[in-house]
Amino acid sequence: MRNKTITSGDLLLRTLSLGYISLLIILPVCALSYEALQSGAGTVWHQITLPQAIASLRLTLILAFIIALINIITGTATAWVLVRYDFPLKKVINAIIDLPFAIPTVVTGIMLVAFYGPNSIIGGFLQKCDIEIIFNKPGIVLALLFVTFPFVVRAVQPVLIEMERDMEEAAQTLGATAPQVFVRIILPTLLPSILTGGALSLSRALGEFGSVVIVAGNIPFKTLVAPVYIYGEMESYNRAGATSVSFVLLLISFLILITIHCLQKWSRRHEIA
Amino acid sequence: MKSPKSFGYGSKKKTAETALVTVVIVWVCMLILMPLYGIVKEACTSGLFSGLISITRPDALHSFYLTLMLTVGAVVVNTFFGIVLAIVLVRQEFKGKLALNGLIDLPFAVSPIVAGFMFITLYGPYGWIGSLFEAHGVKIIYAFPGMMIATLFVTFPFVVREVVPVLREYGVEQEEAAFVLGATKWQTFWKVTLPSIKWGLVYGITLTVARSIGEFGAVMVVSGAIINKTQTATLFTHQQFTNFDYSGAFAAAVVLASVSFITLVIMQYIQKRK
Repeated sequence: MRNKTITSGDLLLRTLSLGYISLLIILPVCALSYEALQSGAGTVWHQITLPQAIASLRLTLILAFIIALINIITGTATAWVLVRYDFPLKKVINAIIDLPFAIPTVVTGIMLVAFYGPNSIIGGFLQKCDIEIIFNKPGIVLALLFVTFPFVVRAVQPVLIEMERDMEEAAQTLGATAPQVFVRIILPTLLPSILTGGALSLSRALGEFGSVVIVAGNIPFKTLVAPVYIYGEMESYNRAGATSVSFVLLLISFLILITIHCLQKWSRRHEIA
Repeated sequence: MKSPKSFGYGSKKKTAETALVTVVIVWVCMLILMPLYGIVKEACTSGLFSGLISITRPDALHSFYLTLMLTVGAVVVNTFFGIVLAIVLVRQEFKGKLALNGLIDLPFAVSPIVAGFMFITLYGPYGWIGSLFEAHGVKIIYAFPGMMIATLFVTFPFVVREVVPVLREYGVEQEEAAFVLGATKWQTFWKVTLPSIKWGLVYGITLTVARSIGEFGAVMVVSGAIINKTQTATLFTHQQFTNFDYSGAFAAAVVLASVSFITLVIMQYIQKRK
């Protein structure tokens, strides 16, 4: 009954979708890329290799990879604990995992300053030990960990719930130790979703602004991350600088999107096999 | 054989389990719960009264009003286009569909600052589209329309991504049955399709609301943060903070955090219904 001919209604829906995506995503991406490349790739290269620009890009990339790595470990552990073990307040902890998605990033920043800042009990104590968290790199790490925490947990959790236990049980019966079972049987199944969560954390950490701008102190060469650098260049009317660094971040975002797409394909193949 | 305890690893396994649970709970507490407690405590001790005065000033109330308007706009527009897009992606086949599907996730992957800057290059006074509007005296950037576009961008994927899997799983059988029985396409949508995607849709809308209220970077770039004009609640909170009005910043932050908390409770409820 449902034939392949396209009705006018179908066409209308398709046109609406394409039009909306063009105005919201495609054209803005083209406009930024056009402006960046308009004055030649040399200008882009010059702008992103300025000492401050390259320092901010390097800091952002290094921190984002550290964050992704920490999340891969803590996120997998959290998902594991939530799926496999029973303990008091499990439901509450499970609900709290989503809080970073619901809380405005500015509030995250202010919260971290309130709790870890120099005027707080913990911050004051650490300051006596000469450890500075807020307005330094550890503050940025905390803020990024906060906003990216749910990604790996929520990617791994459903796979872990669906996972059949018979392979594990068989291995255990045959005398495999717990670490062996984890590395040989559980990890291969979880790997695509762990890496997907990691990639999502990475992209979020590369782009995060609201929470970082508050906790970082934004000192050039020390705690100035790329998005804050772009904002600063915009404010000081260095449009070429802002465009070039934005273009680089945009390219990285596309790369990560493609990676996630491939990871999802991989995990689907895993399911069939 | 439901519990891992019954595998017979004995007390060693039990200790490892307790240790892992403890580590995870401590991690969640240090990262999320304690800072949340910290801000509530600060808001109470750094002058509850002066904080209340700060967030009931006209400029503060205007910023909350503006956030409300942007949220309502984002929910209405992105619910409509989200459903349209989900239907197109699930029920239609055409060239370039895969690319379209990939593009939907871009707002999640791109930095809000880069997003805001993209809109300045396109909708700004010298942009391809912005210059057309500027010629007729319509300002998009540094005005409400630009902020609306930025909010639409960052919240765009939520409804689509929640509705697509539900729509795909649900299939076309019931719609076809309704169609055979003489229902028009419109009736089929309202009476058959919409009820079936209801909970996915509501969940997507909840996420849209949370993100609209919380968006900061993209809106900041395109708004110019003009007090009483283009300042949203998050921009107001940030301004109080940078102006050293800590009691005002903490009070506004607690209000926003409370809204997030309510959103979270709603999210939990919907997930149970799904």
